[in-house]
Amino acid sequence: MEIASGLLHGFAVALQPGNVFWCFVGCLLGTIVGILPGLGPAATIALLLPLTFKMDPAGGIIMLAGIYYGAKYGGSTTSILLNIPGESSSVVTCLDGYQMARKGRAGAALGIAAIASFVAGTVGVIGLTLVAPPVAAFALSFSSPEYFALMCLGLALVVLLSGASLLKGLLSLLLGLWLTSIGTDLFTAQSRFIFGQATLLGGIDFMVVAIGVFAIGEVLGSVEAGDEAKVLPVPRGFRNLLPNAEELRACRFAFLNGSITGFLVGCLPGGGATISSFIAYGIEKAVSKHPEQFGKGAPEGVAAPEGANNADTGGALVPLLTLGIPSGGSTAIMLSALVLWGVKPGPLMMQESPDVFWGLVASMYIGNVVLLILNLPLVPLFAQILRLPVYVLFPIIFGISIVGAYGASGRMFDLGLLVGFGLLGYAMSKLKYPSAPLILGFVLGDAMERALRQSLMMSQGDVLTLVERPISATMLSLALVILLIPLFGWFNRLRVRAITENG
Amino acid sequence: MLGAFLKKGDVISGAVLAALGVYIITQARTWDYYTLDGPGPGFFPFWYGVAMVVLSLLLIVSSARTSEDGESKLDWPATGRAMTVWLAFALSVALMNFLGFLISFALLAFFLVAVVFRRPFTTAAVVAVASALAFHLIFPVALSVSLPTGPFGF
Repeated sequence: MEIASGLLHGFAVALQPGNVFWCFVGCLLGTIVGILPGLGPAATIALLLPLTFKMDPAGGIIMLAGIYYGAKYGGSTTSILLNIPGESSSVVTCLDGYQMARKGRAGAALGIAAIASFVAGTVGVIGLTLVAPPVAAFALSFSSPEYFALMCLGLALVVLLSGASLLKGLLSLLLGLWLTSIGTDLFTAQSRFIFGQATLLGGIDFMVVAIGVFAIGEVLGSVEAGDEAKVLPVPRGFRNLLPNAEELRACRFAFLNGSITGFLVGCLPGGGATISSFIAYGIEKAVSKHPEQFGKGAPEGVAAPEGANNADTGGALVPLLTLGIPSGGSTAIMLSALVLWGVKPGPLMMQESPDVFWGLVASMYIGNVVLLILNLPLVPLFAQILRLPVYVLFPIIFGISIVGAYGASGRMFDLGLLVGFGLLGYAMSKLKYPSAPLILGFVLGDAMERALRQSLMMSQGDVLTLVERPISATMLSLALVILLIPLFGWFNRLRVRAITENG
Repeated sequence: MLGAFLKKGDVISGAVLAALGVYIITQARTWDYYTLDGPGPGFFPFWYGVAMVVLSLLLIVSSARTSEDGESKLDWPATGRAMTVWLAFALSVALMNFLGFLISFALLAFFLVAVVFRRPFTTAAVVAVASALAFHLIFPVALSVSLPTGPFGF
């Protein structure tokens, strides 16, 4: 009953003309970003964040979320027409999507991707609607030790799933923790790691780190990639975009598989759309009566991963909104956006900020319909974006990066840091250090230190308090198991294969 | 070889991170580790500093023990291209102190199009002027977002 009234309230917020407009803008930008290879949703959300500072929090988060899930819809277009994933979550879609396009079924592949995204995206939001309230109610009993343990668990999962080398994931996380310590200690006002720079007393702006590591790092990586590939033509006319009855029948199970797998994997911090799309594809191939057709243009090979990467959105918002734990780069930026607006994601968010919580959830039902419209009849129009030359796109990304980093603080010092973090992002990708743990360490570092210090204050210095409370003991044990299990060769081979096959 | 590069990269990055870890521990030891109220400002950095040193040494040791499996060569010209772009970006940011956003950004865009992407000078000039003007009109003029200004007021 509480859920129904909350959702009704959410629709009242989301259907306000201003919020419908922001939802549309977010979905449109997301689709464009999804289509453009070399610019990911995390980078775009980071770039546009400064522009949302003056917006109402509900409208702002509705737009940012629109970019987040819109990019997953758009990512499939590039995979199918170019054999280049627009986003990492669309890597698996290339396998069968591009083969379908080569056989002249590009329209059907795009149609299946859009339908799977809509079905699974909506199932994901239904999952979020039903699961978030009980999770938040459970988390109400959490105190500092449980929060510390929860963050350890979340970060362990992110490290486990973000890169082939566990050591590099952990080091990336520690780098994030260090960067967030720079500035003034909140408990004692002691300045830490400021290198004699008074400008660092307030700490490093999250925007500068996110834009530098994601946007500038990605652009530098893309500069290496060279010239654009050849685009396969998109069939004109709405009818040509619809899959035939036989293809739809083949995809029935894939829609369901993608929806459930995507949502469940999405709920895990670090799970992410890339992993969920890979798992859904693997399940689909394993249960198929004709697995030999996978990789040669099987429609269910498009439906399962595309469904999974969209259902993942609903799942990823469960830990973000109910526990304040982001599951990856994009949700980490959304968390800092919410904090900047004065909204505190966590178990009390539903009571303290019902407009933002339920408004966001309801807007995602609307956003999925908007995206279905944008991605079915309008897909030939969007495919034209692929013709935008990179030499025009890259200066624009640099310009937006400068505006994003300077606009928030108005300090030239931040632009200098942006240059440094851009190089760091590029070096990390060259040396195969995953960037998601760094960003998550940076976002959660302060809260993690606070929770640990408060726990030890409560227990008068007794570290055992962390393992004497059942919930925190369970979560810390799980975190330990997660970090130790890759020591078993067979598990690590499986883990590395899952991560590397996703690019 | 890519494998050799990564191996060398792992050793160098591991050494850099180990040095950073030592710096963190040294700094953390100058602050209170524990106070009457509980853990002090040096408590948390000390422990992640220790973890950083241990893990980076492990990275160095493990990369020295693994065999090379490099198949493709590291593409130095491509890396050079990326570094050229980064240097141009760094220079344009440095110039913003003196010339402001509009001129520095136009110069960066011109350099990217003409030198990095090897397009004709006229194309580069059109992209540079059009994009710089568009940024100026959208951000400082229409949205009142402040951008670095030079001696000419833009």
